[in-house]
Amino acid sequence: MDVLVILIPVSIGLGILGLLGFYWTMHNSQYDDPDGDAERILRRDFDELPAEDR
Amino acid sequence: MSVSEVPSVAACPACIATPLAIERAKGKAATADQEFQLSLPTVHCAACISAIENGLMATDGVADVRVNLTRKRATVKVSAGITVDDIVELIASFGYQASPLDMATLTAGESDRASRDLAMRLGVSGFAMMNVMLLSVAVWSGATDATRDLFHWISAGIALPTIVFAAQPFFKSAWSVLKVGRLNMDVPISLAIFLASVMSVFETMSGGAHAYFDAALSLTFFLLAGRYLDQRMRGVARSAATELAAMEAPMALRLRNGHAETIALKHVAVGDILLVQPGSRVPVDGTIIKGATELDRAFLTGETDLVPAGVGDFIRAGEVNLTGAIEVRADAVGEDTLLHGLADLVSVAEQAKSRYNSLADRAARIYAPLVHLLALVAFGLWLWLSHGDVRLALNIAVAVLIITCPCALGLAVPAVSTVASGRLFKAGLLVKHASALERLAEADHVVFDKTGTLTLGRPSFHNAHLLSKESLAIMHALAQSSAHPRSKAIVEVTKDMSLPWVSLSDITELPGQGVEGQWEELTVRLGRASWVTNNPQSKGTMFMVEGHEPVQLSFEDALRPGARELVQTLRESGIPMTLLSGDTETVVADLARDLGIPAYQSEMMPDEKVAAVQSLQAKGAKVLMIGDGLNDTAALASAHVSAAPASALEATRVASDFVLVSQDLSNIGRAMCLSKSARTRILENFGVAAVYNLIAVPIAFMGFATPLAAAIAMSTSSIIVSLNALRVR
Repeated sequence: MDVLVILIPVSIGLGILGLLGFYWTMHNSQYDDPDGDAERILRRDFDELPAEDR
Repeated sequence: MSVSEVPSVAACPACIATPLAIERAKGKAATADQEFQLSLPTVHCAACISAIENGLMATDGVADVRVNLTRKRATVKVSAGITVDDIVELIASFGYQASPLDMATLTAGESDRASRDLAMRLGVSGFAMMNVMLLSVAVWSGATDATRDLFHWISAGIALPTIVFAAQPFFKSAWSVLKVGRLNMDVPISLAIFLASVMSVFETMSGGAHAYFDAALSLTFFLLAGRYLDQRMRGVARSAATELAAMEAPMALRLRNGHAETIALKHVAVGDILLVQPGSRVPVDGTIIKGATELDRAFLTGETDLVPAGVGDFIRAGEVNLTGAIEVRADAVGEDTLLHGLADLVSVAEQAKSRYNSLADRAARIYAPLVHLLALVAFGLWLWLSHGDVRLALNIAVAVLIITCPCALGLAVPAVSTVASGRLFKAGLLVKHASALERLAEADHVVFDKTGTLTLGRPSFHNAHLLSKESLAIMHALAQSSAHPRSKAIVEVTKDMSLPWVSLSDITELPGQGVEGQWEELTVRLGRASWVTNNPQSKGTMFMVEGHEPVQLSFEDALRPGARELVQTLRESGIPMTLLSGDTETVVADLARDLGIPAYQSEMMPDEKVAAVQSLQAKGAKVLMIGDGLNDTAALASAHVSAAPASALEATRVASDFVLVSQDLSNIGRAMCLSKSARTRILENFGVAAVYNLIAVPIAFMGFATPLAAAIAMSTSSIIVSLNALRVR
């Protein structure tokens, strides 16, 4: 059962990482326009190759 | 959207190449001196976003554009010197409708903060729930002794701070009703969460087998999810409603020392001289001191015919000035205007409506005391059975509280309403009032207004086939130079005909009379019959070529798209209809016959409409009133449920429960079906919750409930209820 000493902190650590990520997206207003974000990935502008490849 | 959220330039590698990104990277010459919010009702796809954003970014002076598709809005930052009208015009040239929003009246930020706050709590409780669940699985699968105690302690470490943070909305709400000695759904919720936590801590300390940390957390999580959906739905409706309100920029043109200055309506004082341009709405009650025009009073009275007005005539706020610029002396402003008086009538009727008991309220009223009673009985019974084992009795009472806690009930209504409002929003209907859907489902009598509701409130020209091509061509030329609604109606018809080319000269418009011009040395006139023929007996609108007989033109108020379908649908489902209009008898009778509405009343005053609606309701009918005019406002507010088209004035939209953003009236029929389906789903969800309780409560009561059973039961019922909500069609 010694492995718990590593596993428990790891699992809680990962959870906290996710929570921090959530906190960041929340304060970065990433949930303001879900419909728009879903459509934006379809824009032609974003499909073009990076500048140096053209 | 706040100012700070301009997307960064290189959010992803691909973005670097976009013209927009490059544009932004260069910083452009434009500085963001001012910010405008625009409503874009017609945007719906990625191409729309690109067209507007790239189009505007290519314009000089525009520093930044961001389209929000969810709210159908755009935030535009421009340098000084560019007006909001320039931007609206530009967007119109890309092929999209845009209207400026008044930043001062945009209060959506408030509800945004509330829903963001709830989302945060939801996220935190979700994180904690999953982690504690993970530890609990180990306990359920047989961890014992020291390992179990360790897992319980870790669970407590995660759960306790989370509950203190995330369950605050429930604690606050429960405390506020307890203070005034009443009960709501949040009291059993708070009690269950609180007792479960305290009990679990005690069990953990004494090395007990069962800890309910996971149950307390999943309760918090599921209930917060319901609360969040509810908040979000109301937020969207509220922001859409304020958005509409903001469309009427409350501005007036004041004349001072020969200059016209734009001032806010609230700064207009009695005695100020205001300039009212053709096509704009009269801002205050007042007297005309210069100029002559025709007024459209349809909003105030429901009349379709225009009213001529000249110097000395009294005009009211809300009327639309059509043909000539007039100068008006303000006699009454703000709260003293007739328009505002009507709004007061509305607020009285609104209060009556807020007393409506929603299904959720009724359910909570029965449920909350019952839950407490059950838990108490369980505690007492087990105390007696076990001869004073408080720990055992308390454990079972807590299990009963957790099991009966209205998880499914808390989700039952918000989940359904969210799905239903979402579907209605897509169909172009805004749900403004929380209980509006439920009330719509109960409606069994529909009352229509005529002008602007069943009809579009603007004339259409319909005897063109009786006129020669030449006459039509001359009329087309004359009508094009006028902004009068009937001229526009003529152009609407003639522009698609292949007409011979005619040359007219000296075209002049006489405000309140008509348009005159020279054609092959003959005078041609189009306008008010008495002016065209110089005979005060003539009525209506006429067209005359000098030396020829004048031709009578007939106009009809065009039907709103979908009006016929809506009446048809209602007739098929056997819902009685009534048409109440302020317009003249013949017009109303014709329309009623045409559409097949059996009951109608004409030439009604606003208070007569209210009386008519109330007498219907006194007979037990639940009236759905659909109207747009100010004369309908009080009737809308006193009806059981009401709807108004978006073209209605602000006061009218405020009074109604639904606002129809799309032109198509048949959406109301769809909404009625949808609301009935939503109501069925809500009742089904209550049924699911009831069945769940019937099974789970006896088990908990007998002391067989384990934390595992509680977790399974709670999650299953919540998921069933949410899935059922998706079936709303």
